Amino acid sequence: MTRVYLSLRDRPAASRPAPGASSGAGRRPARPAKVSSVVVTLGVVSMLTDISSESVAAILPLYVTTALGLSTLAYGVLDGLMQGATALVRVLGGWAADRGDHPKWVATTGYGLSALSRAGLLAAGGFAGVTAAVAVDRVGKGIRTAPRDAMIAAASDPRTLGRSFGVHRALDTVGAALGPLLAFVVLWAIPDGYSTVFVVSFGAAVLGLATLVLLVPDLRPRRAAWLARHRSRGERALPKCKGCTCDVTGLQPAGRPFRWSLVVAPRMRRVLLAAGVLALLTVGDGFVYLSLQARDGFAAQWFPLLYVGTNVAYMSLAVPVGRLADRWGRARVFVWGHLALVAAYVCAGLAWASTATTVAALLLLGAFYAATDGVLAAVVGRIASADVRGAAIGTAQTVQAVARMVASAAFGVLWYTAGRGPAILVVAALLAAALPVCWVLVRSLDAAPASEDATAGADA
Amino acid sequence: MRRPAPRVVALAVVALVVAVGVSAYAVTAWRSREAAVAAAPSVPATALGDVLDAPHLVFRSTLPGSTYGLVAAVPLDAPDGPRAFTDVACDRVDVAAGTASCLRTVRGVVTSFETLLLDARTWQVERTWPLPGIPSRTRLSDDGRLVATTAFVTGHSYTAVGFSTQTDVHHADGTAVGNIEGFALEVDGQPFTAVDRNLWGVTFVDDDVFYATAASQSAGRTWLVRGSLAARAMESVQEDAECPALSPDGTRVAYKKVVGTAQGQSVWALAVRDLASGTETLLPGTRGVDDQAEWLDDATLLYGLARAGEPGVTDVWATGTTPDAVPRLLVPGAWSPSVVR
Repeated sequence: MTRVYLSLRDRPAASRPAPGASSGAGRRPARPAKVSSVVVTLGVVSMLTDISSESVAAILPLYVTTALGLSTLAYGVLDGLMQGATALVRVLGGWAADRGDHPKWVATTGYGLSALSRAGLLAAGGFAGVTAAVAVDRVGKGIRTAPRDAMIAAASDPRTLGRSFGVHRALDTVGAALGPLLAFVVLWAIPDGYSTVFVVSFGAAVLGLATLVLLVPDLRPRRAAWLARHRSRGERALPKCKGCTCDVTGLQPAGRPFRWSLVVAPRMRRVLLAAGVLALLTVGDGFVYLSLQARDGFAAQWFPLLYVGTNVAYMSLAVPVGRLADRWGRARVFVWGHLALVAAYVCAGLAWASTATTVAALLLLGAFYAATDGVLAAVVGRIASADVRGAAIGTAQTVQAVARMVASAAFGVLWYTAGRGPAILVVAALLAAALPVCWVLVRSLDAAPASEDATAGADA
Repeated sequence: MRRPAPRVVALAVVALVVAVGVSAYAVTAWRSREAAVAAAPSVPATALGDVLDAPHLVFRSTLPGSTYGLVAAVPLDAPDGPRAFTDVACDRVDVAAGTASCLRTVRGVVTSFETLLLDARTWQVERTWPLPGIPSRTRLSDDGRLVATTAFVTGHSYTAVGFSTQTDVHHADGTAVGNIEGFALEVDGQPFTAVDRNLWGVTFVDDDVFYATAASQSAGRTWLVRGSLAARAMESVQEDAECPALSPDGTRVAYKKVVGTAQGQSVWALAVRDLASGTETLLPGTRGVDDQAEWLDDATLLYGLARAGEPGVTDVWATGTTPDAVPRLLVPGAWSPSVVR
């Protein structure tokens, strides 16, 4: 088991030796290694890209309606495109990353597409151009997410995987908060300065892409996993020779071939089922904000900014909750983190409104994201075999995204038939009831060994 | 001293190029805007009080320059002459019985939106309340006691819920009558509960009855609906009719109707429905409109239209209500007209 840890930890150590990380086999360092520089760099890439995306997303409705003079319905079409385009390409992105064993290349394609779409927005005139640019951006986002998370998993000490994802998501959310702010400052200084916002956004995207290309190493998770399982030169089919350097260049096998059956291995199935069930009871944030706005003057006044409160909570809690997940069990934190969502629903659904319940709902929503988004990737990243990690993470995120879309549609019906408050309280009750069931489903996963060993044993 | 790695140097160069490029573009954009504002010919202006004394048209002025976006008024007998400016900026404006309703965008580090109720004589703000999204439509009831506002509520970020319109009715004292999306709706006699239904563009008959647009995005259909505030209920009148406007005599409703598509976008023209007979008259001359019309008198409609090639500039046109009517330009550089007699 220890050797797997080491093999996984070796890559960040190669670029910057972490204290204690490269000590001899069989001896655990007293303190886990620092969060890998790869994770921090990927976090900065995501931050820059999110500044780019969110600055445009924040002003796009204004741009489409006031500058292009299109009707609101046209924007509805645009928004639908944004939602739909990402779900399925995520699995594809993960699959391509595993298949070629160069997740960085796949991620680069995704980030590159998004940067390209910014250039497209600058050149685009009219509805068709904007639609195309938005669709390309969303496809890019879908492609890059799973390979990037697979890289985070590959570059991290498995014992602190939750913290690594926490660091990444915190940086990512900083970008999501800065983007709209930057955009509105530009529009404040230059009314109708939409093209300036697009230029700023393009600049941030290019910077993010350059950071990825120049600073992130070309990780080979499958090959690394293979090397971890085949320690001796004999096993690696290398000629035995004394004094040879342990150079692995020219090494043929890149790991086992990709197999879908590994993606849906029994333990993965439990995670996918739990994530799917919980996502089915996760209605869109928009509904929460709308029900806050419907009953509280504070929420109404700051309605366009409610997401900022959620983001601030997410940002500040991502790392501590990630650490908690490492210590306490990631599946456990993932499942019970939904309690924050239950509480947020209760705050939003209560008949009596106050600024306090509104603020509490926003913070709880942020805590829910901190406890579930990066943590799910950490759960999957640990139990999935390194050979299929990208596809596994992509599949989990797709299951979640599709289930949430279904949930929002179904919740809309409830919203109209039962009324705002009762509808949201019903979902809160259902979610609270589902939590123990999901916990039974995944509780064994926290104690289980990392996937490498199990599958390696089965493979032998 | 250790030399930094070539990759780090390359990244620094990229960062520098991006920073310089973006700043240069921003400064140029800012300067050219300042220059455009300075260079704009001054708009001929006249005294406000004189204009407000006679029958007049209140609107948002969209002529370039320092007065862009301000509410202005012109006499009905000289609509293309000098205009009188107020110091209030609105995206949409309506006036009735001495009260003005104004939807505006509050730009800042954080952009927000609000509804203002003003005295239509002094243009002093009497009441204000927040608007949940981008201003779209506003109408007052004839006695000025009810205000309807439609805002365009968008997702909070691209991971959140999609778009919708929110249409609220308030009393003039600021208390809410409600979001009409929550009212019971019947389409062709059947209860209609589609999740993605949206409502917009209210026009008041009196202080209870109103007309509005109901839509279902997934079905891709819109309906003209007639509703009652007291009953909190609405029923469909006909399909494919948006942004109704009731004629002064109360016998006809004008609305926009989809007549084609261009570049994936609907193209509308105005149509008028006689409420007693149910006959509809399409006005092909108004093709390209996307506005809630305003009645100048019982035989003339006003509507705004974006000016081609000049982003942000709009004109108010007038048209008769016969199929062969040819629209004429009434007020250049204007939007959201409201007739005050």
